[in-house]
Amino acid sequence: MLLNIQDLYVHYKSYWYINKVLNGVWLRMVEGERVGIIGETGSGKTTLLKSILRILPQNALIPSGVIKFKDIDILRSGEAELSTVRRREIGMIFQDPMAALNPVFKIKDQLYDVVKYKLLAEGHNPTKEELHDHAVRVLNDVKLPDYERVLESFPFQLSGGMRQRVMIAMALISAGKLLLADEPTTNIDVTIQDQILKLIDRLVKQRGLSTILVSHALGMVRQMTDRAYVLYAGDIMEEARTSELFDHPAHPYTSLLISSAPKISTREIGEGIRGKLPDYRFPPIGCRFAPRCPYALDKCHTVKPKRTIINTDHAVACHLYE
Amino acid sequence: MTNQDSDLNTSQSRISARLSSLIDNYYIRKIAYSIVTLLGISVLIFVIARVLPGDPARLALGPRAPEDVVEQYRQMLHLHEPLYVQYFVWLTDVFHGRLGISLVTFRDVTTDIIEFLPATVELIVFALVIDVVGAFTLGVLSGRRPNSAVDNFVRVFAYAGIAIPSFVWAIILQLILASWLGLLPAYGRLSLGYEVKRITGLVTLDTLLQGNIPAFFDALSHLIIPSLALAIGTIAQEARILRANLIENVNKDYILNMYSHGLPGSVVFFKYALKPSMIPTVTIMTLDMASLIGNAFLVEFIFNWPGLSRYGITAMLRKDLNAIVGVVLVIGLAYTLASIVIDLLISNLDPRIKHKR
Repeated sequence: MLLNIQDLYVHYKSYWYINKVLNGVWLRMVEGERVGIIGETGSGKTTLLKSILRILPQNALIPSGVIKFKDIDILRSGEAELSTVRRREIGMIFQDPMAALNPVFKIKDQLYDVVKYKLLAEGHNPTKEELHDHAVRVLNDVKLPDYERVLESFPFQLSGGMRQRVMIAMALISAGKLLLADEPTTNIDVTIQDQILKLIDRLVKQRGLSTILVSHALGMVRQMTDRAYVLYAGDIMEEARTSELFDHPAHPYTSLLISSAPKISTREIGEGIRGKLPDYRFPPIGCRFAPRCPYALDKCHTVKPKRTIINTDHAVACHLYE
Repeated sequence: MTNQDSDLNTSQSRISARLSSLIDNYYIRKIAYSIVTLLGISVLIFVIARVLPGDPARLALGPRAPEDVVEQYRQMLHLHEPLYVQYFVWLTDVFHGRLGISLVTFRDVTTDIIEFLPATVELIVFALVIDVVGAFTLGVLSGRRPNSAVDNFVRVFAYAGIAIPSFVWAIILQLILASWLGLLPAYGRLSLGYEVKRITGLVTLDTLLQGNIPAFFDALSHLIIPSLALAIGTIAQEARILRANLIENVNKDYILNMYSHGLPGSVVFFKYALKPSMIPTVTIMTLDMASLIGNAFLVEFIFNWPGLSRYGITAMLRKDLNAIVGVVLVIGLAYTLASIVIDLLISNLDPRIKHKR
């Protein structure tokens, strides 16, 4: 088992209220697996990824839960152990490369620091030339041939696609085992989204990395993952092999989500799902999807459904299947 | 066309290219703007000082001076001429390095300014140093650990600092540090008994140049209370702004990204969070510099500080026309220079500004 998340709760404090976002999430993956997480915007996908690296904002609380990466208990490990994981095991591609690159430092400064601490974690104290060589190598890997200019640039001087490539290069430095990709194509032009996806796919295969790909673009998840989880309002609704999930969705939310995606073949635009995400300050007590669910039972509004296995590699959290 | 012609053409175009790049240069433009601003200020103050009621010649010579002497003095000052003639006479003098005769000291205003300016420069520079050091220390301490004991202390200090004007601080500090505790001298620039030759007029610098170390420390001890009183308000304001920006920035993705790569917390904070957070603080410092110069009037008065601000107040009360214009111009010039320096600083902190110009 590479990564094992059990019963993870994450809350955000605001001035008066507590936003209860993640509500007992589970996730399991073995080495070499490519896992997808789908769900609409605001369902806690980014929060889940950030908790794997324990880099949540300061107002976040983790009241309970276990995150195990290999044998390391991420939420209870010390600074030293955690920084080794961050430096050389797990890398993360952030959602918006413009926001994730420091606007007042050159790419060079940021990239060198990331390389430096990775090499330090490997017990090697690099010279300036080694930092440069290493940085050039990763920029070449992400197909940024004009690396001297890129290194000397500030983030705002690069195009969206170039920024995303820098972001991927940065993530790859630390991703020795696992790459977390948070909607890697949302913030770039449609014309280069495909290029970026293929690039990530190729690099992951070359290096034999495991990946977690988070997206609300269903087509992308279908293409690029082996197994997928459906996250809604901080709850895992369903998990299955990707093909099975798309062909035989079990949870009402999953099937509604899949059917609401526009299809090119039939030129139809889906119906969508009535209602909106719950208010995290006062989330539903039972199933969080119950208020929007067309098949909701009385029980759904009062009791939180448990994870139920309905097939090999297929589990669902829904009272209809208990 | 001959060869010579084309040579001439290219050299002409080269000159015009250089000229236009000079105009494009941000700092050249900025300096040109400041000259225009200073001219504008001089017209404004010149007119205001002369339009106000009261006869400057009579005020200068006193009520008992015979009328014909006063009349002669008016003639000398061109007070009978129309305003624009007076202005141009004055302006011609300025280009010869003279700001006109002071009606009170009967000396050239330039001489007066050279005498009184160093004391103010010393005070403001020292206040600025205290301001920068204080604001950054307090801002970083409270921004690093929000709502800790240190942060709460800074919060109380900041509210007090902003709410209480600098001349009140001056009196409070005089009372506590000088009168009750007897740690520092209450007023003046130098204790009796120290002989310091005037070289630059900055006493701290002069004592050092003359190798008179005891006098240097004496001068330094005289500087502490007045410059602290001047700086407290701006320290408080800037520390709070730095704190707010730090707290906001440490939750930004570009900071979390650095944490995600396992960089030590101190590197992330002091390198990647502090630099972007400094930009608004340094911008505010420009504005605060103006209030520093403005507040110096009151503080110099309280501490019996022989500076330009005190000279300026006397000039206004005595309707010393040329001195008023001179003092305002010097302050305007100082402010423009300071804003150019701050601009340079900011564009080095924030590359987005430099490259968009």
